[in-house]
Order: sequence, then C-alpha cells, then structure tokens
Amino acid sequence: MSDEHKIRRIVPIGPYHPLQEEPEFFKLIVEGEKVVDLEIHIGYNHRGHEFISPELTYEQVPFLVERICGICSNSHPLACVLAIEDCAGIKPPPRANYIRSIIHELERIHSHLLWVGLAGHFIGYNTVWMWAWRYREHILQVFEMITGNRNHYAANKPGGVRWDIKPEQIPEIEAALDLVEKKTMMLTKAVLDDPVIRARLEGVGILTKEQAIAWSVVGPTARASGVDIDVRRDDPHAAYDLVPWNVIVLPEGDVFAKAKVRLLEIFESIKIIRGCLNNLPDGPIDTRIDEVPPGEGIGRTEAPRGEVFHYIRSDGSNRPLRHKIRAPSYMNIASNVVAVKGGSIADAALTLAAVDPCYCCTERMAAFEDGRMKYSSKELLRLSWEKTEKLRERLRPKHQTGQSYR
Amino acid sequence: MNVSLKLLLERFPQSEVFEKNPRRLYIKIPRADLTAVAKFLHIEQGMRLSICTGIDTREGFEILYHFSEDKSGVIYTIKVLAPKDEPKVESLGTWFPAALWIEREMHELLGIDFIGHPNLIPLLTSDTDWEPDRYPLRRDYEQRNEAHER
Repeated sequence: MSDEHKIRRIVPIGPYHPLQEEPEFFKLIVEGEKVVDLEIHIGYNHRGHEFISPELTYEQVPFLVERICGICSNSHPLACVLAIEDCAGIKPPPRANYIRSIIHELERIHSHLLWVGLAGHFIGYNTVWMWAWRYREHILQVFEMITGNRNHYAANKPGGVRWDIKPEQIPEIEAALDLVEKKTMMLTKAVLDDPVIRARLEGVGILTKEQAIAWSVVGPTARASGVDIDVRRDDPHAAYDLVPWNVIVLPEGDVFAKAKVRLLEIFESIKIIRGCLNNLPDGPIDTRIDEVPPGEGIGRTEAPRGEVFHYIRSDGSNRPLRHKIRAPSYMNIASNVVAVKGGSIADAALTLAAVDPCYCCTERMAAFEDGRMKYSSKELLRLSWEKTEKLRERLRPKHQTGQSYR
Repeated sequence: MNVSLKLLLERFPQSEVFEKNPRRLYIKIPRADLTAVAKFLHIEQGMRLSICTGIDTREGFEILYHFSEDKSGVIYTIKVLAPKDEPKVESLGTWFPAALWIEREMHELLGIDFIGHPNLIPLLTSDTDWEPDRYPLRRDYEQRNEAHER
C-alpha cells in the first residue's frame, strides 16, 4: 500500500445528520475507507429548557418539556411529573397509572416502527420503510382518538393524567393492536430472515458490554450489548409492575441486535397495553396537589430510546428552583465514538443512526471539502445502498445467476 | 439497610445520608472524597452514572452525581459542595467516559472547573458566538434577574 492511502482525511457529517434530520455534527476521521476516529459536536438545537423551566409553574413545566422531542413527546412529561410527585410525596390514583402506561407503550410502538422504517431506508430497503410507516399510522390514529392529537398528547399532569380512556374506545384500541401485531410479526420475520439484511447489519458498529457500561448507555442500545437494564422493571412506576412482560436483552452489540431488540420490544409493548386494558381499574384520573414542599425529587422513565432522567429542586414556591433534564440520546450519542471506530464509511451513517438519536427539523447537510474527499448525504446513502446491492449479488442463489440450459 | 449504602458508610464515615424514600438516597460527601466514592460506586458496586446536576446555591456550587443501581432501582445522589470563590472539583472523565460530556456542560453553563478533564471545551455553544465567561445557570446571570423583575 502506498503512503497516499494512509493519509487521514476528514469526512464531515452534519451539522444536519444525513438521514435523521437532526442537527449534529459528526467529524469522521478516515484512512482510506476505514473510520479511525470520530469527533461529535452538538448544541445546534440547544433551546435552554433548563433555563426556561424555573420561570414556569409546575402546571406549565410538563407542557414545556413535552416540546423537547416530537417523537417521544410522552417520555419527558412523564419523567417530569414523576419528579414533581416524588418531591411532593404524592401518588397518582391507580387508573391514572394504567393510562400512563398505555400511552407510554403506544408511543414506544410508533417510535420503534419509525426507526425500523428509517433503518430500512438507509440500507436501500424502501419497502420496509413504507410498510413500517404505514402500520405506524394506525397507532397515531389511536392517539388522535384518545388525546385529540397525533403527537404532543398532553397526557400527563402532576398528580394524574388529563385524558381518560372511555369504555367504547377500548375495542377500537384492541382492534388497532391486533392489526399492528399481525403486521409487525410479518415485518419482523421478513427483516430477521432476510439473508441480505443479516449480512449487511451483523457485525456492524459493535458496542461491547464493557464499552456500554463505561459510557453508561441506556435503552435498546444498552440492551443490545447485553446490559440488562430497563427502568420500567428496575424502578417501577405507572403500572409496569402490575402487568406481565419481559425485558429483551441480546449479547451481540451490533446494529442487527439493536434492530432485533426494537422489533421484539414492540410485541412486549402490545402485551403491556393489553394487560393494562384488561385490568383498567375504575376511579378518578387525577389527584390535587396543594403545594410542592421544599426539597428535591427525581423522576425517570424508559423512553423508546432509553432512560429519561428529570431532577427537580423546589424551594416551596410554585416554580422549580432547578430542573435538570437528561434525554437518553445524551448518553447514547457519546458512545458513537467507540461504536463507529474500525468500520467503513458505508457503515458509518447506519452505525450513527443505530442508537436512534431523536430527530426534528428538515433534512439538510453541509458538505465541506478537506483533501479530495467530499460526501453529501446522498453520497453516503448511495455508498450504503451500493454495499447492500453487492451483498445481494453475492448471496443470490446460484441457480438464478447460473447459465441457462435451454 | 441497603447493602451498598452500608459498605459506603463503612468506607467513608464522613458521609451524611438523607433518605428521601427507599429508592432515592442523597449522600453529602467532602469534596476530597469525590473520586474515591465515585470509583467505589461505579467500579466496585457496578452502578451506572445517570447524569450530574450543577446548582448555584447560597452556600456555593452544589454538584450532584446521580448514580443508578439498576439491580435494586435505587438512585444514589452524591452531593459535593464547591465554594464560590474556588469552583473546582476533580474530574471523573479521566477514568469514566460517561462523565466527559456532562462535565463540559457544567463547565460551560455554571463555570465549574473540573481538574484533569482532557478536553474542557464548551459542549453546547462551541459553534456559536456565545461569550465564554457568561454562565446562564448562575443566579447572578443578568438576564435571569431581568426576567424576575418583569
């Protein structure tokens, strides 16, 4: 190999993520095709929520944190009201707990289907993308029926929930779940049994268990690396300790394991929702909070991407004194530094997307030139698709490509 | 009593424990013990660093390290106080990569120095024209006071 091939070049991805539409800047440092290092710059979407929150009352804060993310717009308000309730030392009524779990799990289903669709798009399987997003639509319609909104459900308030589930809505939710379960089963089989997808995703972007622990990653990213953590089971809240379900843990740590964890979690979410709907108790859906005494409270819940952590300190007034918010991607994106190293550029976009960083805004990517290499988001997509196409050629059964006997 | 908490109190007798409820423990420790306590919790007890919180209080900067013990569901919040005239603590990022980003963020928003941090550059405002020595989460930050006067 000549010296020219060992020259390090920089491939910038961002500040708009090539496929996830999120403003982040990844600086890939490559030798030829191989990624040797990664620098991450964030802050393009910093909106100062921790600064704004102390200016608002406890009733207003859940609306503020709901707007942190459009995809997991139930996780932040849920963790926030859990923190306020922990600080005030009150417990919501049982019916509110069950409704919280139902809405939270519906959100997990739609978020995981969204990710599966995008992952399919990255590797050139646009059919997977269209399927997954089509079945996700049924879940969004259920949201619209229960809360009046397809997103930003405003479901949680300190002391309970805002929306009740009426008896006549339950058969409709169950019908939607049956349909989504059947179709997700088909999608899961199609994705997990496809030899090309397996060859494309297995062994790509591996995060080992030791690395996952050292970087304290959370959610499906941790569970796909063999770290058995799930806040729903470990720190029970809402109705998660009252219905049967399982935590999906896989040891491999590659992108395929992450996809598999998410697909299998959809079925566990359906199980939780069915359990909650069957046991939904009667009674009020909220309690009154007269005051939040001076002190501190921590609330956390398992968002589709991992643990959401909210810390609130109160001075006895109607506003928080300090409100710390930590989204799961904060821990997961940082771990990309180790997951992407050693892979090829064609795998980089996929590996960076595999932690499912949450997205917003429109797709756009700035391509700078350093040395002779220049990649745009379309280029990276093309590289990824080409690799899939090569694998497809190689894995095609011989009788299809062999000589004709006629 | 919780096993890890008992071991912690045996090893570090100066710690003051406040039990908000069985799953939320707040432990105040001297600033000098921070690295030893964090190593005990993460390496020996296998806890995960959820996040850190920095708060500007009357007494000084309180830095809270929220460690999560996932097998029991307990959050151990370690509290360290750094005086206002010397806002410095040891960095955990030197041996624990999970703390690298949050220490940069606390340095940027509160002006706390983390001794030994390998790369203490701003995390959120690195590509903006934000002036480096304005700390928005401090109580004396001018725009916060304006908002309260309104």
